[in-house]
Amino acid sequence: MSDTHAESVAYVRDTFIPQQEPPVREKGVVKWMRENLFSSVPYTILSLLALWAIWSILSSFLPWLLNGVWNASSLSECRETLDGARGGCFAVLSERWNQLLFGFAYPSEFYWRPTLAFVLLFAAAAPVLVPMLPRKLLIFTLVYPFLAYWLIWGGTIVAPIMGLVGLIVGAVVFQTLSHRGFAIGVLGAVISAIAIWWIGGSLAGGPLSGVMALEQVESAKMGGFMLNMILGTVCVSLSLPFGILLALGRQSKLPIIRVFSVCFIEFIRGVPLITLLFVANVVLAYFLPPGTNFDLILRVIIMITMFASAYIAEVIRGGLAALPRGQYEAADSLGLDYAQAMRLIILPQALKISIPGIVNVAVGLFKDTTLVSIISMFDVIGMIRGPILSSTEWSGVYWELYGFAALMFFVICYGISQYSQWLERRLATDHR
Amino acid sequence: METGTHSAAAPRSQMQISDEVAIEIQKMNKWYGAFHVLRDIDLTVYRGERIVICGPSGSGKSTLIRCINALEEHQQGRIVVDGTHLSSDLKNIDRIRSEVGMCFQHFNLFPHLTILENCTLAPIWVRKIPKREAEETAMHFLEKVKIPDQANKYPGQLSGGQQQRVAIARSLCMRPRIMLFDEPTSALDPEMIKEVLDTMIELAEEGMTMLCVTHEMGFARQVANRVIFMADGQIVEQNEPEAFFNNPQNERTQQFLSQILGH
Repeated sequence: MSDTHAESVAYVRDTFIPQQEPPVREKGVVKWMRENLFSSVPYTILSLLALWAIWSILSSFLPWLLNGVWNASSLSECRETLDGARGGCFAVLSERWNQLLFGFAYPSEFYWRPTLAFVLLFAAAAPVLVPMLPRKLLIFTLVYPFLAYWLIWGGTIVAPIMGLVGLIVGAVVFQTLSHRGFAIGVLGAVISAIAIWWIGGSLAGGPLSGVMALEQVESAKMGGFMLNMILGTVCVSLSLPFGILLALGRQSKLPIIRVFSVCFIEFIRGVPLITLLFVANVVLAYFLPPGTNFDLILRVIIMITMFASAYIAEVIRGGLAALPRGQYEAADSLGLDYAQAMRLIILPQALKISIPGIVNVAVGLFKDTTLVSIISMFDVIGMIRGPILSSTEWSGVYWELYGFAALMFFVICYGISQYSQWLERRLATDHR
Repeated sequence: METGTHSAAAPRSQMQISDEVAIEIQKMNKWYGAFHVLRDIDLTVYRGERIVICGPSGSGKSTLIRCINALEEHQQGRIVVDGTHLSSDLKNIDRIRSEVGMCFQHFNLFPHLTILENCTLAPIWVRKIPKREAEETAMHFLEKVKIPDQANKYPGQLSGGQQQRVAIARSLCMRPRIMLFDEPTSALDPEMIKEVLDTMIELAEEGMTMLCVTHEMGFARQVANRVIFMADGQIVEQNEPEAFFNNPQNERTQQFLSQILGH
């Protein structure tokens, strides 16, 4: 072998070098640090400054977090336990846990009801949020608002059932009348639904008030994070359809609808939410006939929904404007009518474009529900500012309480944001 | 040689032109604001005719065929399509649109739906055809335009020529009696133009009534029974293709033809 090669080529390798490890400075952590932290003198200085800043924050935060006291009945007891050492007084969270979640007035023996409603919320939201799930699950989503109302507020089950029946009858009436014209369909649906609700209201208030009745809990007793969740979910889910209608109304060829939409959007966007909430709290009472007891939570829901739908309408208008005119023309040229073209062609694409904006509004709205603490409702911030911080035991425990509230909101808002990014990726069909 | 006649263009061997009127346009005028885009258009299209409309850009040829299915509104005159008078009545407009297919320069497929869904959408929602039947029809026409294997892809995954053929299939799924083509090959790369034109030729051979706005003069010679030349919003000259190309009468027509055939 080697002889023949020796004649034809100058060199033949007969041993092979096995693969070797790269030098320490060219691999793993060391390489990464050399490239990303210490690649030049200014970078090295900045890196060291940043490390020092991180260290000084953590060195005071971590002992406070890890050395915290979880069992005490007051701030002074916390301080005794800590005995001068650094540490948070998290005992306030464990002692006032139920108040933070449910407010101070919700009867403690019924805590399971809002908790169950909260768990079922995930089951109801899943088929809407995850397109892969079977469509039949949407039936539960339809039932859920009425079920949740029954669980949280209590009373006879007749009221929510009649509410649902009214909705279904309205939808059926609309279906049967809509071939005679959209307006006739809507009018018939509204009239029949109101009739059912009126009958249901008098039945639930009168002869049937005891049917499968849960102990009633008035709106004034709602509070804590539960109140933020109620306002957040209800207002987000209502403001999306209203926002779509307003956005379409703003583009309408009918001048009355267009002018109404423009005025509504511009007025509501031009007014701070807090003034709308004061209107809900105080001013509405002057306009309503004396003696009417118009639920405060309902008033607040109406105001926040109006506010958010004006913003969502503008976000969706951006999505509609981004669609090429050819999409409208193609839908028209195939003979689709306005409602079909919007539902099947225009809105699916416009809403997809609008997802980041809609999520932005939804996250903002959810955090804005804490503003109700200013009109003396006891949501989680209201609970902290009011009953908890003004109690003799816990006055002065700011960091732990507000940090906890911030964490609760962060977890939910971060979840919403992650979901929206997943949805955007899933719906991306055009660039594959 | 029969020149300048309106409707008596000689039918080619396999393509029958009946004397039934498909589209009738009388004294139609249209303005964009103060700009008079279409002036006194008179046009009668018989069933089975293949008409090519050409002319310099801005001459109103696209606007003319877009008036036929009411994508553009006309302000004066009368348009009757398939016996239905085109007025502002929404019911008539929707009826005409479902009988008249249209293909656009930029295809205008629905990017959020698959090819198959693009083709079944209008039959299911407008014609109320059961989903399965609509899918069978759609596959039939997708085979006809030779892309049945792309049925489950999205429009963004197809080439321009394939997209335009899908757009033709999508229109055919509504079983239209008249097809309008608005510069169907202008946005395509040269090697894709042929596949689209072949599809259109096949359609013409089956006797579809067609109005095409196009600059493909070879297609006009081969398929059209009548060529219309428009300039400044008016019909300047119309004739059967032989006479139109070999012996144009109007000065504007001669100028236009020398420009586009000159190289």
